[in-house]
Amino acid sequence: MVEPVTTSDTPWLEADAEPLIRIKGVSKKFGDFTAVNNVDLDIYQGELFCLLGGSGCGKTTLLRMLAGFETPTAGQIFIDGVDMVDVPPYERPTNMMFQSYALFPHMTVEKNVAFGLKQDKVPKDEIAERVHNILKLVELEEFKKRKPQQLSGGQRQRVALARALVKEPKVLLLDEPLAALDKKLREQTQFELANIQEQVGVTFVVVTHDQEEAMTLSTRIAVMDKGEFQQIGTPTEIYEFPDNRFVADFIGSANIVEGKVIEDGSDYVLVSTDLGDVHIDHEDSVKEGSQVWVAIRPEKIQLSKTDPGKSGPNHITGKVDDIGYLGEMSIYLVRLESGQIVDVTSPNQIRPRTKSQGITWEDEVYLSWESSSVMLLNK
Amino acid sequence: MYNKRSKFLTFMVTAGMVFFYVPIILLIIYSFNYSKLVPVWGGWSTRWYDVLFQSEALWNAVSLSLRIAIVNATFATILGTLAGLAMVRFGRFRGRTLFGGMLVAPLVMPEVITGLSLLLLFITLKQLIGWPSERGFTTITIAHITFSLAYVAVIIQARLAGMGQTLEEAALDLGAKPFRVLIDITLPRLAPGMAAGWLLAFTLSLDDLVISRFVTGPGGNTLPILIYSRIKTGLKPDINALATIMILFVAACVAIAALIMFRQHKKTMQDELIANQS
Repeated sequence: MVEPVTTSDTPWLEADAEPLIRIKGVSKKFGDFTAVNNVDLDIYQGELFCLLGGSGCGKTTLLRMLAGFETPTAGQIFIDGVDMVDVPPYERPTNMMFQSYALFPHMTVEKNVAFGLKQDKVPKDEIAERVHNILKLVELEEFKKRKPQQLSGGQRQRVALARALVKEPKVLLLDEPLAALDKKLREQTQFELANIQEQVGVTFVVVTHDQEEAMTLSTRIAVMDKGEFQQIGTPTEIYEFPDNRFVADFIGSANIVEGKVIEDGSDYVLVSTDLGDVHIDHEDSVKEGSQVWVAIRPEKIQLSKTDPGKSGPNHITGKVDDIGYLGEMSIYLVRLESGQIVDVTSPNQIRPRTKSQGITWEDEVYLSWESSSVMLLNK
Repeated sequence: MYNKRSKFLTFMVTAGMVFFYVPIILLIIYSFNYSKLVPVWGGWSTRWYDVLFQSEALWNAVSLSLRIAIVNATFATILGTLAGLAMVRFGRFRGRTLFGGMLVAPLVMPEVITGLSLLLLFITLKQLIGWPSERGFTTITIAHITFSLAYVAVIIQARLAGMGQTLEEAALDLGAKPFRVLIDITLPRLAPGMAAGWLLAFTLSLDDLVISRFVTGPGGNTLPILIYSRIKTGLKPDINALATIMILFVAACVAIAALIMFRQHKKTMQDELIANQS
């Protein structure tokens, strides 16, 4: 395996760390359509990096440029310091796991996995040994004589992973690695994938549209929209400190309302919105009177049937408009006097003894939240 | 209502079958007819089979037709496959539209035109470079390849388009150079299409009359040409015997093909079963 360039868990924060992949000013146009628009990105050795975005946001095009199936219209891609633009896919230190797995139907599991090593003219004994080891890692040894058609979806996924990993690439590219699996298997496989990545130490670049998958798997996430990065950061940064409304809305759900800054105090900001005057802990300075957006995550709002007492600066009352019962938690849609609807989620910690217990439709409820939980967005 | 329709369907199917197969059955029966006159029944006999096996002209024609068909099918498959690959996998190259049009032109061109133009070509060539010195096996084979490769190319194009390119990309990604991808991935996956193309080219060549008549020369009698020329002199029942042998041969081929398909279907079902169990 490749020697780690840095031992840090957060290499992107170190000033002198050398990135394994450097994407510089890369654009890709298909005719008039710009799939990727002048993006810059550094990915470091050992990362599990996710490109997250909706369909058509350019994430797959970017991945295919890393693999060498597409040539950038402009810009450069370096892997381990080498300019990759003119290097054909079969000479790149990358391997890809395809969304459809792309297993060769006329070869057994064993032959599929050995295919890449054979191309590199690796000695026969070594091929056998490496294939054996990798199949052991993905727990498919007993299936090595089977054809791909004779495997279940989850097993095919692991063959695809083994086939890409056995070549010990510097970078493993994964295109929607879990999309073809059913929900239960997907959750289980997420953790398996992260474990395997940790064991082999190869840098993973994952393309996904599934934010839950991105959150559980990655060290860092790049949120993409319309061919551009909206934000690059750790899962926590992206969820708790989004840069803009797109990210706040795309990752998880958020109550986003427009507002005007009334006051920029020394340790707080006061914004007038449809939620009333919202008190926010001070981060960046904002101009008084400027237009901003205030976002609050549904789980950060406390909901109660009785007046909790005026403990904090942020509280308001409303009427329950609708309830979605999900089992482990419930979603409440609360209508405020201003007509604004607020999403609130609340864990169902107590098992109700009777059906009438708990909050129900048309109940008058009290909402409150911490000033530290509110996200203030400029764009 | 349902019953009524079912009766109607049964009747139609029976009528269709009768229409298709009674002539063939009659032909087989009449091949065992003793009488020299085709329409007169003279009692059972295998006499025309004896005549057939002793007729050198007929066997020469069969042999020529088979040789042409095999060579034609092989070359048409190779060239048609290459043409199909160029059309589907080479992206947009200069003259692609023209090439695509020329490729399928033989499918719509009237046979007499194809035959006539090829004849003119061969005559001109002979005058210019002295080759082909005489018309026969070579000229017929070349003529057959020109039209049957169009059919192969169409089959290959359809199969390539349906296959998608992901597997080839996966192979490239795993370090295989483009030529290895062609040999290890594309061609094995194309094999069924190529086999179908070969068989189609073989059959097309075997029963072509019009084009063969144009480009053939003395001694270049293929089976269709021979049979057709005998109509003028009067058919003898030995043609019935030959037809019977050919029908049995074709029936055997169809049966083998059906068996292979049935086996494949069974294998797919088994694979699914295995996949579900694991």
